Amino acid sequence: MRYSILIHESPEDFEARTDPAQQAELWDGVGRYLRALHEAGVFVGGAGLQPPATATRLLLRDGRRVIQDGPYPDTKEQLGGLFLIEVPNLDVALEWAGRFPQRPGQVVEVRPTLPGD
Amino acid sequence: MVEQVAAAAALADVVRRSRLRLLAFLAAGAQDVAGAEDALADAVRAALEAWPETGVPRQPEAWLLTAARRRLIDAARQRRVRRLAEPILGADGEAVEAAEMPDEFPDERLKLLFVCAYPALDPAVRPALMLQVVLGLDAARIAPAYLARPATVGQRLSRAKQKIRDAGIPFEIPRPAEWPARLRAVLEAVYAAYGHGWEADALSGGGRLAQEAVQLGRLLVELMPDEPEAMGLLALMLHGQARQAARRDARGAYVPLSEQDCARWSQPMIGEAERWLDRASRAGRLGTFQLEAAIQSVHARRLRDGRTDWASIALLYEGLVRIAPSAGARVGHAAAIARLHGAAAGWDYLQPLAALGEAGYQPYWALAAELLAELRRGDEAAEAYARAIALSDDPAVREFLRARAARGGVALS
Repeated sequence: MRYSILIHESPEDFEARTDPAQQAELWDGVGRYLRALHEAGVFVGGAGLQPPATATRLLLRDGRRVIQDGPYPDTKEQLGGLFLIEVPNLDVALEWAGRFPQRPGQVVEVRPTLPGD
Repeated sequence: MVEQVAAAAALADVVRRSRLRLLAFLAAGAQDVAGAEDALADAVRAALEAWPETGVPRQPEAWLLTAARRRLIDAARQRRVRRLAEPILGADGEAVEAAEMPDEFPDERLKLLFVCAYPALDPAVRPALMLQVVLGLDAARIAPAYLARPATVGQRLSRAKQKIRDAGIPFEIPRPAEWPARLRAVLEAVYAAYGHGWEADALSGGGRLAQEAVQLGRLLVELMPDEPEAMGLLALMLHGQARQAARRDARGAYVPLSEQDCARWSQPMIGEAERWLDRASRAGRLGTFQLEAAIQSVHARRLRDGRTDWASIALLYEGLVRIAPSAGARVGHAAAIARLHGAAAGWDYLQPLAALGEAGYQPYWALAAELLAELRRGDEAAEAYARAIALSDDPAVREFLRARAARGGVALS
């Protein structure tokens, strides 16, 4: 089955990406994780996302498309990146999700993708 | 007419004996509990129509299994989810014919138990899943245990089953490294089913739901004969059930354990509980359910000599608090200390647990009320009684607490 591992991050986590004191350790951890996914042959795809400030939203208002700046303003955690993996079941997916170098503010969510033909 | 009655009786018999094994086998193949339940129900309906005409088949289980598998395949095709259909399709993509059905199919019941208590499922829904999936109770029967409407319980159960299917929860026996934690989740779900059932039975005056949970306990020891904690859990539930008739007096009033008439306890059930606990202890692996059952076993000895050995009970609670400091164990420990060394000593143990009281834990306030009344701290006792009463769902318990306050000279406002 295919699962996405979604990394939700707090504003502090986004800042840590470019903070010289934390940066190296953070990206090393993610790099090691990515290599492990590749070596195990479970990696399907994924992406790290730019901070929420770079987001643009499309909404439908009265049937017309409206373009807006920014993410949903009222949620603290924002999607920071995702990994797509192919594994036999949720047990294994949770195991991989558990290996992500998670920081205190981050929430790691595992969701199955819709089955495709 | 005669054929119909005979066929229906034969069918009811097969379903009673084999429902769980058939369901577990179908569900493990399709990785889908809800789909397996529907398919089996359809197969039973089909048998009800076919068997009076054709006679009861020589292998009725195999007949039901084949019919149910066909329905699972059809349903999977209709949903156009090939992933589900593949494991149950033959090599050429056709359903396996009845003639090829094995007399014996693998026993997948244990896998089903672990699925119902899978860590990614809401712990609150696991006991209901056990009762419904494993015992086949419908939502209306389970709802009283949750003090909820059948429709609400039905929705929560179908959401959980949908997650089992769509999230790819595995139908597997947990690996050795995970076994202790996963076993614990299964035992806790069954014990919660017992606790919910017990409360519902007390409120309704019935006594059936807790008994159903005991059935789950019997199944656990059958499927995991080497697990002392499963035996401990069964012993614990049997001790509880043994006192069923003594919990209410002739007028329906609540009777606490210390004032129960032992003559109304069920000796056969106590005997059975003792045998399970004894067998568990021979495994040499102590755990919380065995300790809890041992505490109840000490209480049960009152039947023999009319006294309660509070020193042993305090010691067992101390052990329980050490390995698993649950709210129940800590308050139970304080209660045992109070019996052993007096109310002041009990209060010393209870006071540090005030946070449990603030969180609305009823047993904390019930014990605090009793101890404070004994210590002649009337105002505080009155406050504690008021909170214990407000936190009790059972009207009989509320009435008991009011009477207790009056007897202790505590004036409730």
